[in-house]
Amino acid sequence: MRVKLCALVAAATVLGATTPAAVAQQPTILKVAIVQQIDSLNPFLAVFQSSTEVNRLMYDYLTAYAAEDQRVTEGIASRWETSADKLTWTFTVPEGKRWSDGQPITAHDVAFTYTLMLTDEAARTANGSFVANFESVTATDDRTVVIRTKAPQVTMLALDIPIVPRHVWEEVTGVKDYANDRMPVVGSGPFVLTEHVAGQFIKLKANKDHWRGAPKYDELHFVYFQNSDAAVQALGKGEVDLVNRMAPAQFDSLAGRQGVTRNKAQGRRFTELLINPGAATRSGEPIGDGNPALRDVRVRRAIAQAVDMDALVSRVNLGYAERGAGLVPPVFAKWHWQPSEQERRRYDPAAANAALDAAGVARKADGTRLALRLMGRAGRAYDEQASEYLKRSLGEVGIALDVRLVSDNQLNEATTAGTYDLAFSGWATNVDPDFVLSLHTCGQRPGADGKGGTTDAYFCDETYDRLYARQLSEFDESKRIELVKQMQARFYDQVPAVVLAYDNALEAYRSDHVARFTTQPAQGGVIMAQNGVWGYYGAEPADRAATTATVSRTALVIGGVVLLGLVVVVVAVVARRRATVGERE
Amino acid sequence: MRLLGRLGGAALSLVMVAVLGFFLFRVVPGDPVVSMTRGRPTTAAMQAELRAQFGLDRPLLEQFWTYFTGLLRGELGTSFTFRRPVADVIAERLGPTLLLVGTGTLIAVLLGLWLGIRAAWKRDTAFDRVTTGVSLTLWAVPTFWLGMLLMMATGDLFPSRGMRDTDTAPDFLSQALDVGHHLVLPSLTLVAVVAAEYMLVMRSSLLEEMHAPYLTTARAKGLRDDLVRRRHAVPNAVLPAITLVFLRFGLVVGGAITTETVFSWPGLGLLFYDALTGPDYFLLQGLLVVTAGGVVVMNLLADLLHGVLDPRVKVV
Repeated sequence: MRVKLCALVAAATVLGATTPAAVAQQPTILKVAIVQQIDSLNPFLAVFQSSTEVNRLMYDYLTAYAAEDQRVTEGIASRWETSADKLTWTFTVPEGKRWSDGQPITAHDVAFTYTLMLTDEAARTANGSFVANFESVTATDDRTVVIRTKAPQVTMLALDIPIVPRHVWEEVTGVKDYANDRMPVVGSGPFVLTEHVAGQFIKLKANKDHWRGAPKYDELHFVYFQNSDAAVQALGKGEVDLVNRMAPAQFDSLAGRQGVTRNKAQGRRFTELLINPGAATRSGEPIGDGNPALRDVRVRRAIAQAVDMDALVSRVNLGYAERGAGLVPPVFAKWHWQPSEQERRRYDPAAANAALDAAGVARKADGTRLALRLMGRAGRAYDEQASEYLKRSLGEVGIALDVRLVSDNQLNEATTAGTYDLAFSGWATNVDPDFVLSLHTCGQRPGADGKGGTTDAYFCDETYDRLYARQLSEFDESKRIELVKQMQARFYDQVPAVVLAYDNALEAYRSDHVARFTTQPAQGGVIMAQNGVWGYYGAEPADRAATTATVSRTALVIGGVVLLGLVVVVVAVVARRRATVGERE
Repeated sequence: MRLLGRLGGAALSLVMVAVLGFFLFRVVPGDPVVSMTRGRPTTAAMQAELRAQFGLDRPLLEQFWTYFTGLLRGELGTSFTFRRPVADVIAERLGPTLLLVGTGTLIAVLLGLWLGIRAAWKRDTAFDRVTTGVSLTLWAVPTFWLGMLLMMATGDLFPSRGMRDTDTAPDFLSQALDVGHHLVLPSLTLVAVVAAEYMLVMRSSLLEEMHAPYLTTARAKGLRDDLVRRRHAVPNAVLPAITLVFLRFGLVVGGAITTETVFSWPGLGLLFYDALTGPDYFLLQGLLVVTAGGVVVMNLLADLLHGVLDPRVKVV
């Protein structure tokens, strides 16, 4: 009797819980996995890549990069011109663009944003370098912004700064402490931020009145994963629609999975092997304890020659990369440089041995020439595998490697202090190559106190610096491209670092949920981490039956668990009563 | 009087933790400003501005004084990473941690003690051997691996991440059910890994009591075996387990770094992990004070409760 009663109660629980919630027209939702926290939603403070991506969706920039070929295209401004002396830039903000609260976007918003950065140091936290060369910014009328720079600056169409609404931000008293979480957050981008639960998720709604046209999805949800294995699993289960930053093995594990489409894209990142060429401060004072033998360019070239980069790409990157050469990855085809047949260094241990002999780094009695430290990041699969590989191939030319895999912080500390011989590093590059090129100028080395540097390769070369200065003020694009290529050739020749590989960006999505994405660039491009928001903006939901309410499935499972629990209790009670029946009598 | 002494001791421990924490985390390698700006176009001037904003350009002792006097006023400083007061950042993660680790620990304690008592009472039976064997195996299994395995084995029955879905209906019942649904796998992982500890402690302390003469007396009075165990043996054997339980509850606040990482549970463990990658000094210090506070308070409670549970302690 009792058993029956329990079963009834359980059944009622399940039935009650599984009644589907009354659902009208379900909004279409694109769910994206992110594996990095959101540090801040304040666009002046946010420095994490994930936050930058969300900010891009919320706020348009002055200009944008086209989806097809990453050319500069309309953003907030639709037209621009520069004065004959290249010191004055005039941008036109057309009529008809509106903030998500309906207010018109004017030139005053642009001037307000840039001026805030010029006057408030907290507002320079994330993107200050873009305005470092600004003299003044003024809105001469509602439609015209005039920017005067201290020196000619060719990167004026690549100002990656979110433009904020003046009518909201002029009431903000301290940018430093402003969380920018008054939902919905007024913005100009194709999506509007509506909810953020720290460490869990971010929700955005489509800005149906965006001047480019409404996005095709109604909502965009970013859900946070602390570990990428779980994110890949979630994609497999259909919990999320899109995942990026996958490791080669994870990417392979999704091959042939029904309903999942993989996207092997050309990435913006490259991996490099730093060879300490003699770390020094900005004023030339040596710092760190790099092996002095590495100051000789012949030794550095020999090391580069002893590394079989093709083998690294195929065995460590599992083929998901391209062999490295210059500092700009091939995804930015215009600026990408490849050595000519004469310039190319081929994998040749014999030649490397001979070069080391010629450089006077002779073999000792035990057969070694040099003992070098190789630093990498513990837990990063690439560093773990590639270091073993390098140990073997450099061993062949008499260089003994002491591999030290350390935490991210320790690695940063060693590279910024110059206390390494060889180290793995890597950078993400932008549409305009200025940033990655600037890293290797003499001025990027740290100051006398060892702080303030941004380089980790400690390259300081007069020829390179001269070319850098020239390209920065070369407004004829074809000439600038030529200069940028010359810089890369110089870097390749002097080898302060060997660019080992251009990593592919590995992404996958539920093709049963999403019909198509817009990649950037159109051919072989990425969906996430673009220089733009085309991936999300252009995403089209697949035609499928209305999503079943998640509640009912959840409730079903919970109901099941409750039922199971009750059965266990009933069985236990019955068994117990049987067991003690003798004693009770 | 004794209570005052204990309270004083607890307060002193907390102060020591606060002082130690400050200097301890300064030894962690890494420069918060470098971590923040890495990979972004940055100028030396911007780095210097950030350093000044965070007070990192001040002498170490001055930084300590600012931190310590702030702490006395109840201020934990501002997180470098999240750009918000540390107290706020910790507060929003405290709930999820208490929910997960609290639930997990509670189930583990009840299950562990129950299994321990059973196993001791029926020592050397198949039940004892299987329970002990399974518990030890689970205890030895890496949490990370077990969590991932559970996630794979359960297919799409349970969600793989976080505390709730983004598209759950906003009403209370749906939300509560959703959180419960998300809670299953992480708490199961936690229980599987820690229950063994209670089980083994309970088992061994009960075994020590098994041959005590007072149990024979109880049986001679004609008591059922169940009652002998419940009323006589267990109350005498439970003290070591209680101590352990309170120590564990003290650590609840600290979260469960690995479990939270596997299931992306937005708790304090995960926050600790993130803070270390900065290193985010103020956040680390705040977390240490909160975690240590939990342990100190629970220890104090265990001390006081011992007096209630065991009259012998009161006399001393």
